[in-house]
Amino acid sequence: MKLTHTAVAGAVATALASLAGPASAQDDMEKCYGISKAGENGCAAGPGTTCAGTSSVDYQGNAWVLVPAGTCEETTIEASMTMDDMERMGSLEPLERDLPEG
Amino acid sequence: MSWESALLTSDATPAGLSGPRATPATRRFDVYRNNVMSSLVNAMRDGFIVVHRLVGEEFFAAMATEYVRRAPPTSPCLTLFGADFADFIAAFPPAASVPYLADIARLEYALRRAYHAADVAPLPAEALAREDIADARLTLAPAVRVIRSDFPIYAIWRANIDRTKPSSSTGAQCVLVTRPDWDPIAEPISSEDAAFVDALAHSSFGEAASLVPDLAPIFSRLVARKSITGLEMPA
Repeated sequence: MKLTHTAVAGAVATALASLAGPASAQDDMEKCYGISKAGENGCAAGPGTTCAGTSSVDYQGNAWVLVPAGTCEETTIEASMTMDDMERMGSLEPLERDLPEG
Repeated sequence: MSWESALLTSDATPAGLSGPRATPATRRFDVYRNNVMSSLVNAMRDGFIVVHRLVGEEFFAAMATEYVRRAPPTSPCLTLFGADFADFIAAFPPAASVPYLADIARLEYALRRAYHAADVAPLPAEALAREDIADARLTLAPAVRVIRSDFPIYAIWRANIDRTKPSSSTGAQCVLVTRPDWDPIAEPISSEDAAFVDALAHSSFGEAASLVPDLAPIFSRLVARKSITGLEMPA
């Protein structure tokens, strides 16, 4: 269906008028948290941003992961898996080792 | 095999890499392989939250690992990693039993893309209120995307983002993605409205308008979403 210029301009005027009122403008412009609701979702920004993980060094001492309660201090990283052939133990406190340089 | 290609295999060790006892450093190299793969699979999980929910951790990790091996990142910046994950899913036989999965991935990527899209100021209403607007070419904000699906993808996506809102929609759904301010918005639109939005890219406003039974609602939605950023009259 070909629309006349007047019909198109008329619909645009109707649309713009519907946005002009304060009430409807607020209805339409509500802030939408739909994709970043706390606790329900990760982050709208996706990977590589501050809401994703930041640990950068193998077994970095001040980075922590959630482990089943009671298992943390029993976690051992075998010496053969580490760069310096030294064993690493899990800790409930932040550690001073293996921090990123600088 | 080179270091980089070995990282993307499941078990190869780079040629010439040996440990203190001159044996191949298989387990040490596994640490690097594991860090690379798990960080990239984590990035996919961060970027495709609903896909992950729909198929579960085990399936998602296996599928994402396969994807990362075939299409490792080409940029050191991961914010837009996974651009063709939807196409990969569409051609991934094990995912065929979830026929809407690829479209959900497309929607999630469009939202992420919208989040990172450039800011462009919308046109003021006065600029649009002109008698000859039918002849104009409109430009949409870079965040705007239309996702079409044979499945009710908006309902599926919404129900998995906010589980307090279960949905019973059936049938095909089109989704409009915009970013009026800081947060991307996804909302279902009719297939005629979707055709109108798509047509704006290559048709005059009047030609695009002929595709919808009622122009005012979709047009006011685009204006409300700050999605119309340019208007050009033919010379």
